[in-house]
Amino acid sequence: MKIKLHIWRQKNSSDKGGFVRYEMNDVSPDMSFLEMIDVLNEQLEAKGEEPVGFEHDCREGICGACSMVINGRAHGPQALTTACQLHMRKFKDGEDIWVEPWRARAFPVVKDLIVDRGAFDRIIQAGGYISVRSGSAPEANSILVPKPAADSAMDAASCIGCGACVAACPNGSAMLFTAAKVSHLALLPQGQPERMLRVQKMIEAMDREMFGPCTNYGECQEACPKGISISFISMLNRDYLKSSLVQIKKGAEKVQAQ
Amino acid sequence: MFGFYKTTVGKKIVVASTGVVLFLFVLGHMAGNLKAFMGFNAASGRYKLDEYGEFLRTMGHEVMGNYTALWIVRVVLLLCLLLHLITIVQLQYQKQRARPIGYAKREYDCATYAARSMFLGGLLLLIFIVYHLLHLTTGTLHFRGFEEGAVYSNVVTAFNQPLIVAGYLVAMLILSMHLFHGVWSMFQTLGLDTPQRNKLLRTIAAAASVIIGLGFASVPIAVASGFLNLGQG
Ligand code: HEM
Ligand code: FES
Repeated sequence: MKIKLHIWRQKNSSDKGGFVRYEMNDVSPDMSFLEMIDVLNEQLEAKGEEPVGFEHDCREGICGACSMVINGRAHGPQALTTACQLHMRKFKDGEDIWVEPWRARAFPVVKDLIVDRGAFDRIIQAGGYISVRSGSAPEANSILVPKPAADSAMDAASCIGCGACVAACPNGSAMLFTAAKVSHLALLPQGQPERMLRVQKMIEAMDREMFGPCTNYGECQEACPKGISISFISMLNRDYLKSSLVQIKKGAEKVQAQ
Repeated sequence: MFGFYKTTVGKKIVVASTGVVLFLFVLGHMAGNLKAFMGFNAASGRYKLDEYGEFLRTMGHEVMGNYTALWIVRVVLLLCLLLHLITIVQLQYQKQRARPIGYAKREYDCATYAARSMFLGGLLLLIFIVYHLLHLTTGTLHFRGFEEGAVYSNVVTAFNQPLIVAGYLVAMLILSMHLFHGVWSMFQTLGLDTPQRNKLLRTIAAAASVIIGLGFASVPIAVASGFLNLGQG
């Protein structure tokens, strides 16, 4: 199949950047989107041009590296699918395909389609430790976890930190990511000791990175390759409200100590 | 305590809580307006709507005199509106700051027009609120023989003008859209949403926005069509 690509090219973080058009005449519908860019890059290198920079690692939809907005949608048109798992058969012969990096102040472009998602790492770091006994593996049944809580925690924990939620959000908000990271611990007994402090710290970190506020559009949930529900955002709001009340009632030190 | 307001989530909770108060007010105001359809009270020789207006002005007079309770409600509403507004402006700034460079192509999967026009719609509502107070509360912009306390006749003379009716209907459409997203957003922001409850909450928001919109719109429409008139009085 033939396609007309419009790819964002930007030499480095200080370059202004712009779209460059590439025509490809022999694309297999069975290629993944990243394989298609691989072929493009081989052609570019053969001509002595700079290949398109893009991030990838697992190519099986679990690492979250392959960030790119394809035709106005994070990770492209297919629901619950990362760019690496998207196939060219999802596009029409002769189609114009626009490829852009995630757009957010907190995710500066490093080169072409590659952005720095370090802001996510710093949100997770701000969450801190959980109090569990380390050392030898504990007896599996020593801490009982109700099945629905375990299932729900697992749903939240399936977040791969790809940043599609931020990319898709009209406000550039990282609420779905932060909600998933706060909730997967908040739902489990092991997450309780630091629960109230963690939600405060992680939301403060999220704001420090200058992600936007959430206005409950729901675009993040549609874009999430793991289908994480915006109900986790509600859970985050609930925990934040609760922890703020605890803070007002007992003073900040008590929350710190908890 | 003010640390709470510093975060975006805290600010959203302020927008949502003031939104609850404003929402309950418009619900009550809409229901009160429907008294226009209850006609004339032959026993007292006054319109039911006028009696309702007097009730609002005199409520609580046994303990604190006329107008006091009304003013307490007015001040609370004004504070909520101001807080709603100031917080929204701050959030709007943070939202704009979060994405300095936009997309060349942008597709939405589910963001409704109502959700995307909350800020603009809100500002238009603000303009409407100011006009509406000058129109039917103080009568400053009424120009058709406004008479303090004669609520029913003020309403009828106001809505005998097609342009004013059209303006009010547009404003009610904007309010309805604001509530369509706002009430759902309020539930979500206050942490009430769960996967099992999501459909119910969205249905409540949609129903509330339609009922409030139509309820308010019914009065100007009824006057414009001649169904409500000064014939009985
Ligand atoms: C009749 C008066 C008003 C009522 C009943 C009302 C009601 C509401 C409600 C219930 C919410 C949802 C709370 C949340 O979760 O954030 C909301 C949000 C909002 N309101 Fe209002 N509001 C009114 C006036 C205004 C005004 C004057 C503005 C001016 C800009 C405004 C702008 C907004 C915005 C931008 C949001 C956030 C939208 C979102 O979360 O997506 N509102 N409002
Ligand atoms: S490359 Fe790992 S998720 Fe796409």
